Amino acid sequence: MRVYDVELASRLWLGTSRYPSPAVLAEVVRGAGCDLVTVSLRRESAAQRAGQDFWALVGGLGVRVLPNTAGCHTVKEAVATAHMAREVFGTTWIKLEVIGEGELLQPEVFGLVEAARILGEDGFRVFPYTTADLGVAERLLDAGCRVLMPWGAPIGSGRGLVDPFALRALRARFPSVPMVVDAGLGLPSHAAAAMELGFDAVLANTAVALAADPARMAAAFADAVRAGHAAHAAGPMPPRDFAEPSTPVVGQAWRP
Amino acid sequence: MRLRVNGESRDVAAGTLAAALEELGYLGAHVATAVNGAFVPASARAAWPLREGDALEILAPMQGG
Repeated sequence: MRVYDVELASRLWLGTSRYPSPAVLAEVVRGAGCDLVTVSLRRESAAQRAGQDFWALVGGLGVRVLPNTAGCHTVKEAVATAHMAREVFGTTWIKLEVIGEGELLQPEVFGLVEAARILGEDGFRVFPYTTADLGVAERLLDAGCRVLMPWGAPIGSGRGLVDPFALRALRARFPSVPMVVDAGLGLPSHAAAAMELGFDAVLANTAVALAADPARMAAAFADAVRAGHAAHAAGPMPPRDFAEPSTPVVGQAWRP
Repeated sequence: MRLRVNGESRDVAAGTLAAALEELGYLGAHVATAVNGAFVPASARAAWPLREGDALEILAPMQGG
């Protein structure tokens, strides 16, 4: 798939949080053939310097990084964090999160659109984490976004695609915009369903990181993403309300 | 002077952001900085004056989703 003029081989994007250890994270990313991981910025303790170790680990993975603005609740916070991420990670790519209230970590779409516009004008390539709302998508594209990241379900919930109708409508409305289903995926079947709807990639984190065997779960997600993408490319049959015999009716015995 | 550094109150003698980073133990660290909520690029730290009560954020790469 192609985003912002960059070709990515893998349609499975992985978050880097919550793994049992840095070694497991590295094993997962390499094993899944993933070439894009999301990363973040947090306060650095002068004594511990944990971020320096993580920076070395990410550098050793040889993959593209997509920094996020996770935890930002205002346009000002998100814009400042994006600038800090651009300097630290050396990329203009930013997964833009402006979070609304705390229970659902739902995107605050008005601030999201405003921050996307500001960052786009500042030379960022914005990957907005958004709802599946068509009007918001339209505004984000108007603000300069060339990719959309609609949520599947609330972050970390593992509930899958809670509104397939909205996701299908979004996919149909903007057929040529690269779209990545982000957040809420709990099982490989959820990822396959997103790909069957025609999404270009999925971003998973907790479902892999908190699995009993993260490397095996990542491999299962990678298989599911490939299968779902192939199914979409193959052109699924339309669903029907009533049965239709698959065996020919003509020439059937004991019929007049 | 008294500053807020990553949410904690700290006494700092340095008068610029670059000097404060060194004084606080971040010399050579791969970090990004903000003062009072606004990004300050590394190239501007040496000339960035600090004032009593300024809030510094010193951030580093970390795991994220």
